[in-house]
Amino acid sequence: MDGSPRQSPARGNALHRFANPGRFMRLSGAVLPWVAALAVLLSATGLVWGLVFAPRDWQQGDTVRIMFVHVPAAWMAMGGYLGLALASFVSLVWRHPLADIAARAIAPIGAVFTAICLVTGSLWGKPMWGTWWVWDARLTSVLVLFFLYLGHIALSNAFDEEERAARPAAILALVGAINLPIIKFSVDWWNTLHQPASVTRFDAPGIHIDILQPLLVTAAGFLFAFAALVLLRTRTGILDCRARALMAARAADPAGAGAPVAV
Amino acid sequence: MIDPAFWAMGGHAAFVWPAYAIGVGLLVGLAVASWRGYVAARAAVAKLEAEGPRRRRAGSQ
Repeated sequence: MDGSPRQSPARGNALHRFANPGRFMRLSGAVLPWVAALAVLLSATGLVWGLVFAPRDWQQGDTVRIMFVHVPAAWMAMGGYLGLALASFVSLVWRHPLADIAARAIAPIGAVFTAICLVTGSLWGKPMWGTWWVWDARLTSVLVLFFLYLGHIALSNAFDEEERAARPAAILALVGAINLPIIKFSVDWWNTLHQPASVTRFDAPGIHIDILQPLLVTAAGFLFAFAALVLLRTRTGILDCRARALMAARAADPAGAGAPVAV
Repeated sequence: MIDPAFWAMGGHAAFVWPAYAIGVGLLVGLAVASWRGYVAARAAVAKLEAEGPRRRRAGSQ
């Protein structure tokens, strides 16, 4: 954050490249209210539908309603990590500053969805499996996903200068992406208490339409919620960058420290 | 007003309701925190821009 003179050229370039983030700010500002409204509408509809109107499962009773929170959260936890890995790839290959900001925006959101997935899974496991937790492949690999998100957040904030954190954080995100297929196929590769996929499989979904509908509505709501939060937090990241650039420009230009000159 | 059996969730109220409360609570909490962060960042930039019209962007050397 110091505004030493050697920083100035880089800051200048960063400012120059802000032509693109500027466009992002305009577009995201226009889209965000609609995405957020859809997120609230669809999530509320799907959750109330699942909680009140969906039929109870003939084996699991009312605990099956936990699925309407658990499964969409799990999808967002994994999809979010895919987004984090893609942003990190763009950041490493093309050094696009917006990709760094997006990656920093995604990590905490993914961590929250993963936490929801883990907690609701535990609350579902206790009545159905008789245990809150078991160290099997599916549960452990999702816990690792949670730690990957936390690691990314920690690494992103471990440097005084945000720009220097981007590279190691991006490498962590890409290396961690190997965990995604492990999570996905853990229920097929290893013995586990967790049931195998019942929605995302190649033949027809293995759940009844009355339960599938609220599940998909909630999932759409969570997807829009994820998108709205990424847009909002990316906007915040761009504003933070702009504030740092303005402060650096001021520090590098002490001549202007006196009476402000109107331009 | 609502059937008590609904709140009981077939005897699994202690699991179903916390799952919904924690899920919705964490998401709302994240949304509120994100919005506050955004408002703070917007205010910081506005303050800097208002204070410092002495930008010498192009050709500052």
